[in-house]
Amino acid sequence: MLPFILRRIMIAIPTIILISMFVFALQKLLPGDPVLAMAGEERDPQVLEFLREKYRLNDPIPVQYVTWVGNALTGDLGISLRTNQPVLELIGQKLPVTIQLAVMAMCFALLIGIPAGILSAVNKGTVTDYVANVVALSGLSIPNFWLGIMLILLVSVKWQLLPASGYVPLSEDPVKSITTMIMPAFVLGTALAATLMRHTRSAMLEVLTADYIRTARAKGVLEKRVVLKHAFRNALTPIVTLTALLFGELIAGAVLTEQIFTIPGFGKLVVDAVFNRDYAVVQGIVLITAIGFILMNLLADVLYVLLNPRLRGQ
Amino acid sequence: MATQARTDLADPVLARKPQNRVWKKFRSHRSAMLGGILVTFFILMALAAPILPIPDPAATDWGAVRKAPSAAHWMGTDEIGRDVLARMIWGAQASLLAGVVSVGIALLFGVPLGIVSGYFGGWTDAVISRCTEALLAAPFLILAIALAAFLGPSLTNAMIAIGISAMPIFVRLTRGQVLNIKTADYVESAHAIGLPAHRILSRYIFPNVLPPILVQATLTIATAIIAEASLSFLGLGQQPPAPSWGSMLNTAKNFLSQAPWMAMWPGIAIFLVVLGFNLLGDGLRDALDPREH
Repeated sequence: MLPFILRRIMIAIPTIILISMFVFALQKLLPGDPVLAMAGEERDPQVLEFLREKYRLNDPIPVQYVTWVGNALTGDLGISLRTNQPVLELIGQKLPVTIQLAVMAMCFALLIGIPAGILSAVNKGTVTDYVANVVALSGLSIPNFWLGIMLILLVSVKWQLLPASGYVPLSEDPVKSITTMIMPAFVLGTALAATLMRHTRSAMLEVLTADYIRTARAKGVLEKRVVLKHAFRNALTPIVTLTALLFGELIAGAVLTEQIFTIPGFGKLVVDAVFNRDYAVVQGIVLITAIGFILMNLLADVLYVLLNPRLRGQ
Repeated sequence: MATQARTDLADPVLARKPQNRVWKKFRSHRSAMLGGILVTFFILMALAAPILPIPDPAATDWGAVRKAPSAAHWMGTDEIGRDVLARMIWGAQASLLAGVVSVGIALLFGVPLGIVSGYFGGWTDAVISRCTEALLAAPFLILAIALAAFLGPSLTNAMIAIGISAMPIFVRLTRGQVLNIKTADYVESAHAIGLPAHRILSRYIFPNVLPPILVQATLTIATAIIAEASLSFLGLGQQPPAPSWGSMLNTAKNFLSQAPWMAMWPGIAIFLVVLGFNLLGDGLRDALDPREH
């Protein structure tokens, strides 16, 4: 198992290097002089020259890249122009908020998507299957920011059941924290539930036609047991790996959800950074998200091997 | 031999062209037809916007601010008295244009890169594949937001950002298809008779990689429309006063309790057009899948 993990890490290294190049190249897309963008209203030539020296913008581009990577490797992703805080520290403050949102959204996705997928597969071709498929496709087609707006309108404005926005840290008041997060988590989890439902359905349909399922039924095993113990356990492998992959998507999907529900997380940080032209923060977020995504891919691969006994020995 | 050939042509099953079979299969797919109708409706609506008897989408009317739907304004008015229906119809142009153009950009670069990567292999393949993996590692929306932020907020830049973010999907899909096809007997035969690479690629490989790309393109248009609406919602896409469904929702969220209709219609429109493309894509996949025949 260890050699497999090491090999996967080795494969991930060139990808991370390329991402770092891409993220570095982003600042070169800025029209005009990047220092003018960084300086905002400031036009004093001495200040501009100081910034140019500070960020080593007078160096050749390959040298600038090596310096930038060297700093990034020591955890220095630059300083936020808006808050004057180190970018990594800023991300570290916001990330737990988004992780809480993502975990709750994943719970919703699993609770809705997996049972719906099983029901749909077991009742293939019936009204249940048709309804589940229509709901799943609708879930994939609804823009989650609109769903969020509509839920705020109904649940918060009209029925006044849940707060429309805000965030309470889990450590401060766990009940209030979870209550505030229910609606955003549901919104974020909907599209994922639809994806999970479709994958669970197809994995279950494949397993349900296997010989050992026919044998179990022939032996008179209860249908509920056949579905949950024999079929679902074997269909679980692709679902678990998909869940690990979707977790990365959740972090990205949080951008809009956090914006609508005014949650001070990772997503809101990126949007605020974009509008404040805080490019170091934008670069830091893209880099951290991409590395996180690669790690989730790695986890998905490891889980796939761990859950599949036939691959374990290879 | 001649008799045999005549018999084959006379056989209605053998004479039936593959595209006719696909069309017949597609027509019998009810949800795909529904998707086709939805997409056609929105395309016609967007194209007909200049000739429809609707008010100017940018014309403000301070005497009709945030008016509920009525006979004069079927979908109500917005915060500065603009007709929501007119903005919805004109907004369809931005959404559909963004969907088609960004997928066009992704196809324009993604398909040739995928073909080159899959067909030539070696170092070319290694470099293209690693770059594709790197782009795929950055989540679609984050990448599109970052690109749109650095390029500057506008509909054109949003389309470029979405196109670049969607490109790796097509590189990977095309590469996979080419790897499958290049070992097929007819391609091996083309090699054996000494056909040059460009002819093999254009005559034998390209036409055979098209069906799955067509399906993926249809589904990606749906994703691109949502992405454009998301970027416009964040203020990184279509800029005011030009209408777009995403920017309409951005404004509407500030007037939820006073004017809920402002948020309702653009959302329903995005949902329907995205659903249409998703249904169309699913139907095309079934119709083009040889195992389904």
